[in-house]
Amino acid sequence: MTLADYRKIRPEDLEAKEAETGAHAHPSALEYVQIGIVLAIVTAIEVGLYYLDISHNLLVVLLIGLSALKFSLVVLWFMHLRFDNRLFSQFFILGFLLALSVFMVAVATLHGKLV
Amino acid sequence: MEQAVVSGHQLETSTGLDNRKLLMWVFLASECLFFGSLIAAYLLYRDRSVQGPYPSDLFDIPFTSVSAFVLLMSSVSMVLALSSIQRGNRRGLQIWLFTTAVLGILFLSGQAYEFTVFHHEGLSLSRNMFGTTFFVLTGFHGAHVTVGVLILLSLFTMTLQGKITQEESLPIELAGLYWHFVDIVWIVIFTLIYLIQP
Repeated sequence: MTLADYRKIRPEDLEAKEAETGAHAHPSALEYVQIGIVLAIVTAIEVGLYYLDISHNLLVVLLIGLSALKFSLVVLWFMHLRFDNRLFSQFFILGFLLALSVFMVAVATLHGKLV
Repeated sequence: MEQAVVSGHQLETSTGLDNRKLLMWVFLASECLFFGSLIAAYLLYRDRSVQGPYPSDLFDIPFTSVSAFVLLMSSVSMVLALSSIQRGNRRGLQIWLFTTAVLGILFLSGQAYEFTVFHHEGLSLSRNMFGTTFFVLTGFHGAHVTVGVLILLSLFTMTLQGKITQEESLPIELAGLYWHFVDIVWIVIFTLIYLIQP
């Protein structure tokens, strides 16, 4: 749905749709707690991996993957980007990609060893 | 003027969105660049020190893991604070806001302890490249957490005075966005700086 489409929606339409589907704009408190538990478990797995005797490259891949999972859970659910207007997501993703670009350029230019 | 409608609220702005919330997202996008640069600088220079101490001499992973867990749980309490006020539960808002602030203070105490230990071990801002980049990165993050705690305590005071209502819960939402951002920065720092070592 584009922003232009979104702006045309009337409040009564939104309420009707919510009543029809049983959907709510944001998750319940229980869902937030469940996500919190998942975050805690993923953190415990990360720390556990740190102490495992596995290859460095595999460790790096696993840790970055788990970190990305935690990052996504917080951004999408706790910061509500999954439910909010796409314009917010676009701004944040733009900033994130710019940061990533600066990061990669700096590392490539200075021949940095990342991991 | 065409009236925009978002999530049941009519907002007469050019985007149809609340400008304060839009501004917060733009600010957070700029903060990505800020912390991205600091993290890049750390990763580039951490193993270019000509004298110790080095990261492997100092990092206490169990201790930092607890700190990371504390900050992660503060994100849960923050989102529960917002959820409470959006459902009209002001008592819940007060409890969760206060909990978030306490967890934030706990995290800062841990960071102060860690900095003190590192200092006693001989690490300082000017000791080596690791010290410079480490203290600048984690110091700026700590400063952000400190600002966040001050905002949370201000909001807590406002809730006690009855100034935050279900209809006017945007300050809590904005504070939440800031707090969660500080948390995701630590998620990245914890992995890239502490857990992944050369």
